[in-house]
Amino acid sequence: MSSIGTGYDLSASQFSPDGRVFQVEYAQKAVENSGTAVGIRGKDGVVFGVEKLITSKLYEKGDNKRILNVDRHVGAAFAGLNADARHLVERARDEASSYRHSYGDPIPLRHLTERVAGYVHAHTLYSSVRPFGVSMILGSMEQDGPQMYLIDPSGVSWGYHGCAVGKAKQNAKTEIEKLKMKDMTVRELVKEVAKIIYIVHDEVKDKAFDLELSWVGEITGGKHELVPPEVFVEAEKYAKEALEESDDSDEEDL
Amino acid sequence: MASSSMFGPNNPGAFWTGGPAPGQFYNFPGSQSTSAQNSSQRTLYPVVTGTSVLGVQFEGGVVMAADMLGSYGSLARFRDCPRLLKVNDTTVLGAAGDYADFQYLSNVIQQQVIDEECLNDGFGYTPKSLHCWLTRVLYNRRSQFNPLWNTYIVAGIDDEKPFLGYVDKIGMAYEAPSLACGFGAYLALPIIRDAMEKNPTMTQDEAVALIDRCMKLLFYRDARSLNKYQVAVITKAGVDIRGPIKSETNWEVAHMIKGYE
Repeated sequence: MSSIGTGYDLSASQFSPDGRVFQVEYAQKAVENSGTAVGIRGKDGVVFGVEKLITSKLYEKGDNKRILNVDRHVGAAFAGLNADARHLVERARDEASSYRHSYGDPIPLRHLTERVAGYVHAHTLYSSVRPFGVSMILGSMEQDGPQMYLIDPSGVSWGYHGCAVGKAKQNAKTEIEKLKMKDMTVRELVKEVAKIIYIVHDEVKDKAFDLELSWVGEITGGKHELVPPEVFVEAEKYAKEALEESDDSDEEDL
Repeated sequence: MASSSMFGPNNPGAFWTGGPAPGQFYNFPGSQSTSAQNSSQRTLYPVVTGTSVLGVQFEGGVVMAADMLGSYGSLARFRDCPRLLKVNDTTVLGAAGDYADFQYLSNVIQQQVIDEECLNDGFGYTPKSLHCWLTRVLYNRRSQFNPLWNTYIVAGIDDEKPFLGYVDKIGMAYEAPSLACGFGAYLALPIIRDAMEKNPTMTQDEAVALIDRCMKLLFYRDARSLNKYQVAVITKAGVDIRGPIKSETNWEVAHMIKGYE
C-alpha cells in the first residue's frame, strides 16, 4: 500500500483513483494492532471478552477498561485506540440518554448502532477530521432477545451472532464458528469466550494481558455488567485448563 | 430599516445598517426590550399537588411514607401517584407539592443514576450527597424566580447511619431525626416527636407502626390526603418500598353524614 497510497492518503475526503479511501483503511489497521475483542450472542444474552495487552509492568492493574457500559442495558467492547473509543462510548451514552429523555424508554440497540455508526461515518467525509481508529461491538438485552452489532471505522455496522476484532480476529472467528451459540446460555458462553481469548493470545509477541469479561442477559436482569469474580475465576480456570490440554496433546503429536 | 428610495430631507435613513436614524434612540444589540411581547410569567402556584411526606429514623434505618393522591386544587383528581422515588439501594426521595416538578426532577435524577452506574467506579448518590445537590438545584431555581414547587425529604443510609434531610422550594434545608412536610408538619410531627422522646431506641416495627398511625391520622384530618399510601423502609439491607397500603378507618362518629358511601 505504501507507494499506491502516495498522494491520496492524506485526507479522508479524497478517493484514490481505484476508489479507496486510504485514511479509513489506515484506521482499520490501527484496530488490527490492538488486543482482540470478542462478542458472542447466545440464546439468553450477550457475552464480551477482551484481551487487554499490558505494555508495562509499572501500570496499575484494572485501569483503561476495554469493556464499558453505555446504558443500563447496553455494553460496548472495543479494539483500537483507547482514547478514540472512550470518546465514541461517551457519544453513545449521550445518544442513549437523549433517547430515554425523549421517549422514556431504553434505546433499542439497532437505533443506537445506527446513530453511532452515522457519527463514525461522518468522520470519514471531511479533510478536517480523522476517522476513528476503533471497532466497537455493542450488545444489549431487549424484549425480543439479545442483540449485538459491530461498528467499524468506516461507519458500517452489522448485526452478529458472534464477532471478533483486533489482532487475532481471524483465529477468534474460526473458534467462534465452532460454537452453536444460538443454543447456548451466557453461563456457558462466558467460559468459551475466556477460552477463545486465551487461545488466540500470542504469548511470543505479546507477553502479559488482562482478561476482561462482561455479559448482559436474563442472568443479570437485563443489565450489562462485568462478570462477578466467582464466574470470572471459573471461566479463566476453564480457559487455562483447555489451553494446557491442547498443549499436552500437541506434545503427544510430536 | 429604510431603503435607499425612502431617503429624503424628512427621512435621512439610518446612520448605519441596523443603526438609528438621526433623532432616534439606538437599541444596543443584545439588550432586552421591555415590551410586553418579551415579558414572561413564572410559576405562581402549583397545579397537581401531593400533600404530606413523613420520615422517621429508627435503630439502623429510616422509614418514609407518602400517600398517593394527586390533588387538582381541592379536587381529589388522581389516586395513583407514587411520591416516593427509589434512587438507589441506599437512598429514597419523597416529594410534596407540584407533581409535574417532581416528575421532572425524578427524570433528571434517574438519568444521573444511570450515568453513575455506567462509570462502574463504585460511587453513587448517598442520601447526604443527593440532599446537598437538591439544595443547590432548588436554591438556584428560586434565585431565578422560577422555583420547583416542591418540598423534598431525602431518606437513606449514609456511612451506615440513618439519614433524613429536608429541602423546600426556596432551598431551605436541614437534617433531623424525624421530618414531615405539608400538613404532616402540624398534625403528625408532634406525635412522632413525642413517640421518639418516649422511645429513643425505636425498632423498625415500632417506627413503621408509628408511621402507619400518623398516615391514618392525616387521612382523618387533612382534606388533601388519601387512605392509600406507600411506605419506604431503608436499612443496611437495602430499600423496600411497600404498598399501596390502605388505612383501616372508623367513621362511626360521623353517623349523621350521608351520601359519600
